[in-house]
Amino acid sequence: MGRQETVAPAIELKGISKSFGPVQANKDISISVRRGSIHGIVGENGAGKSTLMSILYGFYKADSGQIFINGKQTLIPDSQAAIAAGIGMVHQHFKLVENFTVLENVVLGAEEGQRLGPSLAKARALLVELAREYELEVDPDAVIETLSVGFQQRVEILKALYRQADILILDEPTGVLTPSEADHLFRILRNLRDQGKTIIMITHKLREIMNVTDTVSVMRRGQMTATVHTTDTNPAELAELMVGRKVLLRVDKKPAVAGDVVLEVNDLRVTDSKGVVRLKGISFQVKAGEILGIAGVAGNGQSELLEVLGGFGRATGSVKVRGTAINIASAAQGRHRREAGISHVPEDRNHLGLIMDFAAWENMAFGYHHEPKYIRAGGLMDQAAMLDDTIGKMERFDIRPPNPRLNAQSFSGGNQQKIVLAREIEHNPDILLIGQPTRGVDIGAIEFIHQQIVALRDAGKAILLVSVELDEILSLTDRVAVMFDGHIAGERITAETDEKELGLLMAGMMEGAA
Amino acid sequence: MTFMKTILGTASALALTAGAALADPAIIFDLGGKFDKSFNEAAFEGAERWAKDSGGTYREIELQSEAQREQALRRFAEAGNNPIIVVGFSYATALETVAVDFPDTHFAIVDMVVDKPNVRSVIFNEHEGSYLVGMLAAMASKTGKVGFVGGMDIPLIRKFACGYVQGVKAVNPGATVFQNMTGTTYTAWNDPVKGGELTRAQIDQGADVVYHAAGGTGRGVLQAAADAGKLGIGVDSNQNYMFPGHVLTSMLKRVDVAVYNAFKDGSDGGTWTSGFNVLGLATDGVGYAMDSNNAALVSADMVAKVEAAKADIIAGKIMVHDYMSDNACPVM
Amino acid sequence: MGKLPKWADYALIPFLNVLLAFFVSGLVVLFIGEDPIKAMGIMLKGSLGSPRAIGYTLYYATNFIFTGLAVAVAFHARLFNIGGEGQAGVAGLGVAFVCMYVDWPHWSLALPAAIIGAALFAGIWAAIPAYLQSKRGSHIVITTIMFNYIAAALLVYMLVNVIKDPGSMSPQTRAFVPGSVLPTAKEMLGWIGVDFPRSPINISFLLAIAACFGVWILIWKSRLGYEIRAFGHSESAAGYAGISGFKITMIAMTISGSLAGLMAINTVMGEGKRLVLDPVEGAGFIGIAVALIGRSHPLGVFLAAILFGMLYQGGFDLSFDMPKVSREMILVIQALVILFTGALENLVRMPVTRLFLRFTKGAA
Repeated sequence: MGRQETVAPAIELKGISKSFGPVQANKDISISVRRGSIHGIVGENGAGKSTLMSILYGFYKADSGQIFINGKQTLIPDSQAAIAAGIGMVHQHFKLVENFTVLENVVLGAEEGQRLGPSLAKARALLVELAREYELEVDPDAVIETLSVGFQQRVEILKALYRQADILILDEPTGVLTPSEADHLFRILRNLRDQGKTIIMITHKLREIMNVTDTVSVMRRGQMTATVHTTDTNPAELAELMVGRKVLLRVDKKPAVAGDVVLEVNDLRVTDSKGVVRLKGISFQVKAGEILGIAGVAGNGQSELLEVLGGFGRATGSVKVRGTAINIASAAQGRHRREAGISHVPEDRNHLGLIMDFAAWENMAFGYHHEPKYIRAGGLMDQAAMLDDTIGKMERFDIRPPNPRLNAQSFSGGNQQKIVLAREIEHNPDILLIGQPTRGVDIGAIEFIHQQIVALRDAGKAILLVSVELDEILSLTDRVAVMFDGHIAGERITAETDEKELGLLMAGMMEGAA
Repeated sequence: MTFMKTILGTASALALTAGAALADPAIIFDLGGKFDKSFNEAAFEGAERWAKDSGGTYREIELQSEAQREQALRRFAEAGNNPIIVVGFSYATALETVAVDFPDTHFAIVDMVVDKPNVRSVIFNEHEGSYLVGMLAAMASKTGKVGFVGGMDIPLIRKFACGYVQGVKAVNPGATVFQNMTGTTYTAWNDPVKGGELTRAQIDQGADVVYHAAGGTGRGVLQAAADAGKLGIGVDSNQNYMFPGHVLTSMLKRVDVAVYNAFKDGSDGGTWTSGFNVLGLATDGVGYAMDSNNAALVSADMVAKVEAAKADIIAGKIMVHDYMSDNACPVM
Repeated sequence: MGKLPKWADYALIPFLNVLLAFFVSGLVVLFIGEDPIKAMGIMLKGSLGSPRAIGYTLYYATNFIFTGLAVAVAFHARLFNIGGEGQAGVAGLGVAFVCMYVDWPHWSLALPAAIIGAALFAGIWAAIPAYLQSKRGSHIVITTIMFNYIAAALLVYMLVNVIKDPGSMSPQTRAFVPGSVLPTAKEMLGWIGVDFPRSPINISFLLAIAACFGVWILIWKSRLGYEIRAFGHSESAAGYAGISGFKITMIAMTISGSLAGLMAINTVMGEGKRLVLDPVEGAGFIGIAVALIGRSHPLGVFLAAILFGMLYQGGFDLSFDMPKVSREMILVIQALVILFTGALENLVRMPVTRLFLRFTKGAA
């Protein structure tokens, strides 16, 4: 820190605008990022962050505006030009060849000459150097698919550095990381910054912004609403800037009044179609009036657990609802689950919870479409009843735009999630399964969704909440079970644990009796 | 030209006067298309020859679907085309209705009988021609074993086979005749690979002369016979040239003549006759082919015997059984 | 990216595609030395210019409506039923059995029985690949194609060895008794005193229109259709909702096959009055193009089927009046329509979408 402002900024954008048809994704955006700093960009989904970065990396062409790199106006028609200008990008979804080694991935597309040997040798030497310099240790000969996501991300960073990037753009870099992996990433980023690299980090996690960035820009509806020094702001202010109104970041809730055991899971085991054991004997109980959180890094068996409980996955073991066993040996039990009082807000609303090409009114009955209230004589759907039903739910859950004939895909992520929630909660279940309740949901809607979940708990329902967001687990649940590698690594009372302990459990570094 | 039988010659010859200017003859090929190297193509050649000889023009069409049979007939009839020739037995149903609706138009159908006053039904005495080549086969055979490869297994092809066997047995009552049909569907008309396989199998059993009545499949038959150094017998048109020295003869079935005659008789100044038009040995509608390609294979003695039999058939002294008369063959 | 208004998606783009196809076809016609405008005129006149022309056009269209609906219904469940050809062929057997082994006194009794026969045979024929797909993982595109061949072989076997008319040269059944033959448009219009020329169009055309309506109800109004569409849009979401993929696959394919099978009523009972070796004549494959152009919507299928009926009938007239245009040329034109409306659809869609975006942006 403390460099002189006479040096030209690493990146300067002036008056960037970009629209897709009637949608103005970026509106007259100007921003200046000092060389050797970490700059965060926050904003809700659809605020235009990704569009802006895509323009900078040459995926889109801006309708108007200029880009200056190190004080020099630069045209970036494609990603080749971006690389030439010293810009590297680490995408949210890695672009690595799974069955290539680290080394091969690093040189891929940047080979020198027809023979691979010299490139590889050069890359190997460089990798060793970078690893030492930035804590970017990766085995150069490891095959990508054998590496954890944290290491794969490092390979992406190495790829950019190998192409001599001075400016590094990271898109939601911590989405797939455990807290300790995220901490490691932040150490790497700080090292890179201290060596004079410029880093732009796109995220929606305010905690990370506060933790790692020097300056932060907030985007809302295609516009840049503020750029401030991180030390001069706080999460509440940033949230307000993002949403445009005051946002309650903490969930207000009373202590749980737990009742009888409603859901009892015993020794649940799942082997997938490839023969991989996904669940290795899961047992837990959920009582009426409490929220049990399932924490863990994505891919440790949470999805399979929800599938079995939701009635579309097979398992062995037993699941009892109020003491009565339900069928987990066969799939396609969704209807029976709903009749047994289990509702399910799935973690992947794009592929499970909603039919994106269906209108809201069709989605609002999805899974309950066989219920008499939606059916007319002769097996025909009662469209009028379904529309009425949807209009009511849209009003009660503040779903916008309140047009029941719009396709699901026309709604924002938050409103899509509200459609699913409205459908499942208004069915008045005894048990609500809810996976990643706020994934891809904007802050304003998160608040609402959290309130709904707590209200359901207070109404005496049993709630099983699966989330990879530790903040959410910590603020919302009453008890938390951490899943690691197909089993429960530990169970804690939420009020008596903290992020550090859960982080260790998530990483499988601490086995604790439940 | 004279015709063996003429029944129901009540066609209204006056009909021609009205649309004489438009009265180009027309021909409708079967679904196989006019370049099928066989039946349709022979008909096409007959039409072409008529056009060349007379300087006239004619209309033609190939079809895509069953429903077009009747449609094509009607269209030509409405357009004033006269006569209209349909090639193949599949047209019988369509022709039966259309012929009634256009009593003043002349129609001809090849290989089938449609009993209407304005329709000429051209059928061939394939059994007679096959009898003659059967005789030649038996005389040329050294092993006393000969073969027959048919195309699609239909009564018509059995008629070929039956006549052939009768001819063979007439020369050598103890001869063995192997018979195979290529298949039961239309693809059997164009499967030279299978034709070759069947021929090789017959040769392996000792056959040294193989006669085919299999359309495009026959190419494979003749090829296999030639490859094995044995003799083949062609069919429909003169196929002696295909493997000179290895094709004993060809059983001629002059579809081209039938079309040529129909065009000629039906156009201006012609003498149209409706009813059965059976083309046999007497009218050279069927026969066996002699040319320079097979001159060395067929001795003067053989020709003399065959010619004698031919004369006897024409004179009615030899009765060759027609399989299709009772769907049975006495020698098989 | 933005979306097109519905009318542009369902009407404008297919129309432009067809136009483009005709333009290229015109170039082909020009290339062989004929006048493309005249050719176009012949095709139009030949397909719509007279009552008889319309009769033939609608006769062919009837086949394509059934096979197009078949592909459309399966497609709503994201199943590619390439087996319409075989299903309709087997249905021909069903129709033949119904018509041959019962001496029906009147067509109105024979027709319902034949519908059941056709739907039953074709439905089962389509259900087998559906079962293989959902229980054994055999891809339905492959199995339905293979079942086309098996159906053809079965038809050959039956026609040659079992139900062949003994007196016939070709492998076909005997002609059905008059009570098993459907009334043609000529007869039906004759009942109300309207004179209509002879053409193969028969009461099956009305059956096809009814089928369009039925499919519309099924897909967009019924609970089963809701489940079929949900399964088609997202198999995983259907699983979440408790919709059995196995059940939907089996039902959708059975319905699809039955619809394809109904075309045999038209060709076997309406036109041929007997079962011949190939009662389908490629209509099963045309159905794929029809469903594609019709966007799997019954109304679209209906219009696309009429278009192909016109191509068939107009094509016949074209080769009739322009001898230079061989029947292979007609095939080329039909193929061009399929190419431009199916495979090259984005050729038109992308510029049109862009145009619309510019227009709507200007308006906003």
